[in-house]
Amino acid sequence: MVDLTRRFDVLVIGGGNAALCAAISARRAGASVLVLEGAPKFYRGGNTRHTRNMRCAHDAATEILTGPYTEEEFWKDLLLVTGGQTDEELARFMIHESKDILNWIVEQGVRWQPSLGGTLSLGRTNSFFLGGGRAMLNALYRTAEELGVDILYDAEVIDLVIEHGMFLSAQLKQPVGGRTEVRASTLVAAAGGFEANIEWLKQYWGEAADNFLIRGTPYNRGAILKMLLAKGVQEIGDPTQCHAVAIDARAPKFDGGIITRHDSVVFGIVVNKHAERFYDEGEDIWPKRYAIWGRLVAAQPDQIAYIIFDSTVVTSFMPTLFPPIAGATIAELAGKLELDAAALEKTITDFNAAVRPGTFDHTILDDCRTEGITPAKTHWARRIETPPYLAYPVRPGITFTYLGTRVNKQSRMLMKDGKPSANMFAAGEIMAGNVLGKGYAAGIGMTIGSVFGRVAGREAAKNARN
Amino acid sequence: MHGTRILQEADRLMTVCNSCRYCEGLCAVFPAMEMRRAFSDGDLNYLANLCHACGACYTDCQFSPPHEFNVNVPKTLAIARAESYAAYAWPRAFAGAFARNGLVISLIAALSVAAFIFGFAAINDPGVLTGIHTGPGAFYRLMPHNAMALLFGAALLYAIVALAMGLRAFWRAIGEPVGMTTDAKSLLQAVRDAGELRYLDGGGVGCFNEDDHPTDRRKLYHHFTFYGFALCFAATCVGTLYHYLLAREAPYAWWDLPVVLGTLGGIGLVVGPLGLLSEKWKRDRVLVDEQQMGMDTAFILMLFLTSITGLALLLWRETAAMGPLLALHLGVVFALFITMPYGKFVHGIYRFVALVRYARERRMMAE
Repeated sequence: MVDLTRRFDVLVIGGGNAALCAAISARRAGASVLVLEGAPKFYRGGNTRHTRNMRCAHDAATEILTGPYTEEEFWKDLLLVTGGQTDEELARFMIHESKDILNWIVEQGVRWQPSLGGTLSLGRTNSFFLGGGRAMLNALYRTAEELGVDILYDAEVIDLVIEHGMFLSAQLKQPVGGRTEVRASTLVAAAGGFEANIEWLKQYWGEAADNFLIRGTPYNRGAILKMLLAKGVQEIGDPTQCHAVAIDARAPKFDGGIITRHDSVVFGIVVNKHAERFYDEGEDIWPKRYAIWGRLVAAQPDQIAYIIFDSTVVTSFMPTLFPPIAGATIAELAGKLELDAAALEKTITDFNAAVRPGTFDHTILDDCRTEGITPAKTHWARRIETPPYLAYPVRPGITFTYLGTRVNKQSRMLMKDGKPSANMFAAGEIMAGNVLGKGYAAGIGMTIGSVFGRVAGREAAKNARN
Repeated sequence: MHGTRILQEADRLMTVCNSCRYCEGLCAVFPAMEMRRAFSDGDLNYLANLCHACGACYTDCQFSPPHEFNVNVPKTLAIARAESYAAYAWPRAFAGAFARNGLVISLIAALSVAAFIFGFAAINDPGVLTGIHTGPGAFYRLMPHNAMALLFGAALLYAIVALAMGLRAFWRAIGEPVGMTTDAKSLLQAVRDAGELRYLDGGGVGCFNEDDHPTDRRKLYHHFTFYGFALCFAATCVGTLYHYLLAREAPYAWWDLPVVLGTLGGIGLVVGPLGLLSEKWKRDRVLVDEQQMGMDTAFILMLFLTSITGLALLLWRETAAMGPLLALHLGVVFALFITMPYGKFVHGIYRFVALVRYARERRMMAE
C-alpha cells in the first residue's frame, strides 16, 4: 500500500516514457517519488506503448546503428520538419542530451535492437526498442519499482492546487478509495496531450473531429494540460497542430496503434469521396511525407480517402492488418467503396493517360511522373491497369497534439508572466510543442520524453531538497 | 480457410503480428513469420513448433488482452502445437492418446509396472523377487539379460519408428522434402540452438512465468532435465556395450562409467523435472494451454519416476528391496519408451526440426 498521507518530494503525473524517466532520475537523485498513472495497469504508458524507436544523436556507428548521426544533422532534420517552428536553444540542448540518453536508457533496463524489417531507412538515425514500446515501458516500470518509486494505476488527478506558480497538492480520485489529497514538494507533469479528447479537438477542427481515429489509448485526454494552462502556466504550440497520419478507416476508434497504418500511398493514387485526386502522391520519399497524409485526409469531405492501386504492387509494401478491398473492374471496386463508378473510371483513365514512361525505383526520386493533370504525381507514377483493382479506405489517425506548457532548459514550466515556476516541471508530449512546432520526424517524441523526463526528474529532486 | 479453429486464430494473429513486427528481435517465430505474407496450415504448425513459449511477446504486446485485438501468441501457438502432435501421430489410431494424455500415460505406466512385478513373480521361483542378490548378473536372476535387451530394444525400436513416421508427416505438412536434415550447416545450427535453448530466453532477459519479472529458471530446469536424460541414456548405452563387448555384467561399482553417468543424469532428472513442475504450477495461466497440463505433467512425472526409481535401485540394490525396485524401474522405463511417440516427448523432435528449417530459411535468405 502506498502511504498517501506523507508528503512526497516529487509527484509525477503520467505514466509513459517521460513520466518514468522523470521518476527514475528523481529517485536516483535521492527523492521520494509517487507516480500517478490515470490508466489501468494494462493501458499504462499512454502513447509510449505504441512506439518503437527513439532518435538520438551519436558520433559513431553503434552495435545497432549503422552510422553516425551528428548533432548538427539532427538539428537540420528538425529545422526541416518544423519549418523553423522550434526553440533553437531548447532543441539544441535536447539534441546534445540525446547522445547520453542512448546509454542512460539502457542503464534503466531498456534494450535496443537493430531497426525492424521494413524500416531500413531509419537504421542509422533511430534506435529500436527490443520488443517495442510496451517492452520498453515494462523495463522502466520494473526499474522504478526496484528503486522504490511508488506507483498507482487508475489514479485520476481531478484538480491541482497551484498558488502563484507554486504547486501545493493534487486531488486524486481512485475507483476504490475515492478522493485523496496528495501533497508533494515538486510536480512533474508528464501526462501527455489531448488527442483522445474529441470535444477538445472539435474546438479547433469542428465536426470533422468526429471522423478522426485516435491511434493511442482513450486516456490521453489532456486534463492535466488544461488545468495547468488554466492556472497560469504559459502555453506553447499551435493547438491545431498534431501528428496525424492516414490510417485504415476500419481501425478501432482508439488504440489501433501502428498496425493500422498504410505505406502504400506512393504505389498508387489517393482519391476522396468524389473519386477525385487531391494531392501529389509521389511528392517525396515515403517516410518523409508519411506524416502529411493525416492532415490531407482531414481536409477532405467526410474526412475519408481511398488509396487505389492494382495487383502489380501488392507485395511492394508491408503486409497490412486489414486486407485491401478488391474489384475485378474499376466499376466493381467503386461499388464496394460506394464511390461514383464513372467518376473513379474517369480519374483513373485520366491518370493512366498522363503517366510518362520512366524507370521505376521507389528508393530514389525516380523519373516516373505524370504530365498534364492536376495535381501531378511527380514520382513513381505507373498506370493502374492490372486487375484486380485494390483499395484501402483511410481516415486521419491522430497520434499526438502539440499544444503544451512552456518550459526552460531545466524542464521547468514558465508562467504566463515569463517567470519560472517555483516547483513545477513538465516532460514529454505535454511540452513537445517547445521543440516541435509542427511536422514530425520518426522517434522524436521519445527523444523529447526521455531527455526532458530525465532532466525534469533530476531538477525536481534538486528543487525538493532545497 | 484453415483446417482447425486454432489454426484460423493463429492465422489471424500472424496477420496482426506481420503488420507490427515489434517482436522480431525476441525469438525465431517472428523472423520466420516475416518471410511470409500468407500462412498455410503447415506454415502455422511450423511456427507453432518453433515457439518455445517464453511468453515475452505476450508481455511486450500492446495488443494483448484486454485489448480488442486480443493477441495471445504463446497460448494460441501452444494449443496449435499440441494439436499438431496429435495430427502427425503414427499410427493414426493412437492420435487420441493426446486427448487425455495424463490419464493414458498414468494407466500405461501403472500397467507396465504391474506387469513387471507379476512377471518377475510368475516366472521366477517364489522368494526370488524379494531375495537378496549381489555381484555381477544380480539383476539377471530376476530377468535374463537377453530377455531384457530384447524387450527394451523392441520398445525403443517401436518408439523410434513411430516418431520417425510422425516426423515424416510433419515434414510433408510444412512443405519440406523428407530428409531435409542432410543440410549439415543448418543441422549444426539447430543442434546449437536446441542445445542451448537459445529461444527460451525472452530475447535475452529470461522467460515470463508467474508475473512480468523474467527469469531463467525454466531454461535452467530444462537443461537439467534434457542433459540428465541424455546422461541416463548414455549410461544405458555404455552398459549395453560393456555387456556385449567386454562381457562385463551389471550391476557395476559406483565408480564405473555407467553408474557415474546414470547417477549424474539421475540427479539432473530429479532436479530438472521437479523444477519444471513447480514453475509450471506457478506459471500465469494466461500464457499456457490448460488442456495440455495433463500431458506436460505426465511426461515430467515419467522422467522424474525414471530417475528416482533408478537412484533407489542404486541405493538399495544389495537389499531385499532390489527385486521390487527393479520391477518398478523397468516398468517405468518401459512405459516411458512406448509412450514416447504419444506424449510431450515429441515436442523436442518437432521443435528441433522446426529449428533446422528456420536455420535453412535464414541461410537461404542471406544468400
